[in-house]
Amino acid sequence: MGQKFTRRDFNKLFIAGAAGSTLGVFGGAKPLFASQKRVVVIGGGFGGASAAKYIKKLDSSVSVTLVEPATTFYTCPFSNWVMGGLKDMKDIAQTFDILKSQYGVEVIHDEAAEIDAANHTVKLKGGKELKYDRLVVSPGIDFNYDAIEGYSEEVANTKMPHAYQAGPQTELLTKQLQDMADGDNVLICPPGNPFRCPPGPYERASLIANYLKKNKPNSKVIILDAKEKFSKQGLFTKGWDKLYSGIIEWRAGSAGGKVMSVDPAAMTVQTASGPVKGGVINVIPPQRAGKIAFDAGLTNETGWCPVNPITFESTIHPGIHVIGDACIAGAMPKSGFAASSQGKVTAASVVRLMQGKVPAPPSLVNTCYSLVGPGYGISVAAVYKLTSDGIVSIKGAGGLTPMDADDDLLSEEATYARGWYNNIAQDIWG
Amino acid sequence: MVKKITSWLSVGLISAAALSGCNTQTSEKQESAQQASAEAEDVDPRGQILALSCASCHGTDGKSVGIMPGFYGKSASYLKNALMEFKNDERYSTVMGRHAKGYTDEEITLIAEYFGGLSQQNSK
Repeated sequence: MGQKFTRRDFNKLFIAGAAGSTLGVFGGAKPLFASQKRVVVIGGGFGGASAAKYIKKLDSSVSVTLVEPATTFYTCPFSNWVMGGLKDMKDIAQTFDILKSQYGVEVIHDEAAEIDAANHTVKLKGGKELKYDRLVVSPGIDFNYDAIEGYSEEVANTKMPHAYQAGPQTELLTKQLQDMADGDNVLICPPGNPFRCPPGPYERASLIANYLKKNKPNSKVIILDAKEKFSKQGLFTKGWDKLYSGIIEWRAGSAGGKVMSVDPAAMTVQTASGPVKGGVINVIPPQRAGKIAFDAGLTNETGWCPVNPITFESTIHPGIHVIGDACIAGAMPKSGFAASSQGKVTAASVVRLMQGKVPAPPSLVNTCYSLVGPGYGISVAAVYKLTSDGIVSIKGAGGLTPMDADDDLLSEEATYARGWYNNIAQDIWG
Repeated sequence: MVKKITSWLSVGLISAAALSGCNTQTSEKQESAQQASAEAEDVDPRGQILALSCASCHGTDGKSVGIMPGFYGKSASYLKNALMEFKNDERYSTVMGRHAKGYTDEEITLIAEYFGGLSQQNSK
């Protein structure tokens, strides 16, 4: 990394920048628009809706247009609870009514078809063109179906759902679980890193096991993992031993876990140790940034979008900020919470940039609750700051639920998981 | 690395510059908009950006709708004291201790002043 850069030097840069801006040394540049500042946000999920709401909240004079195809957005967080029979689809449904009525966000239910970075224009599928001063792109993920032979979008929509975008996929997997014969096994096949919601597949295994234990006592969950280890592994394994002994089996990538191909007709997946049959097969394919980010050239060779860690502005196309799962955000995981945190930091940065001011140093957070059972919660938390090594997690802070946590603490964590959902949903869409 | 950070900053600054150029031809609409956001300008941007994180679990502006405690309306000194106790493991929590340890004492003061100031502004 070359020369070490101290925190003091780093702060000086901010101060110098702020002074330069106040003194108007950059006053010669031409404005893009003389009238009201316009921000377009693509994507109404955790990242995009947070950015839209908070831009309006921090400076109501900015015009904000949110482009999101769905009139009801189903959240991936808590969709595992639906599959496990603990929640209904309506419990994970969010709408845009309050963003419109209370915050003055213009919401267009259409799909962004094309970004013209040079002309600061977004073309919508329906034909409309939107001009912007700044664009926030929060497109979530896209699936790399080709990575697994025999798998495709069509297979996902019919036989082997990924259920990694909430909505019809969640309903399909939930129905398959209900229809499955007692004695058949559920296969969950998570991808390698990086992917959306690292503890997601393991919370899913837990809540499906909880459902099987009561409803199909002769069935079990087999996790065929592409990885050698996974998020919150110690805590999950401890919970599984306690609640689901013999019901959940995890196979590491090198122990015959990695799925190479699938056969939807035979309902089998192929691993190095041979074929594995499932009554329900949940294939979570490898992922990349959402399609629009790809099409607009906002991604690099990794398939994700490099950004300035202060403003989340693309390092490829100026004027376009990329947040959420699609962006490369240092140590931050691809989670709904992280996306919302990035959305708010981006909102604050966008507002300050539009006011001709230097953005404040970013401070970001992630808290991720998982339910192992209805009254058994675990969490991981982190606070992030920007250093010369990019966005890093602050040492000595954050971390996991203690391994020696007693039943009371685990029960409290489960209660707070529910409280978390209510508040983050309110903070974003409410 | 120095070069890298300088380039992050310059991207932001050039963008700021492009837009600050607008000030030379400020319209009446903009002036009123600037007055409207004058309140926001009094806020320390560092306190604001730190405090935005809290809302994810405690509700927008600390107005909780879930089981997490809301703290809208609490004074800066109350909030500072509570956060310092979480940080120093002097107050029981499930996750707050893990969060509070991520902030310096100065940052905790900024967060407390931000939320303390919010409810004061609205009670005027």
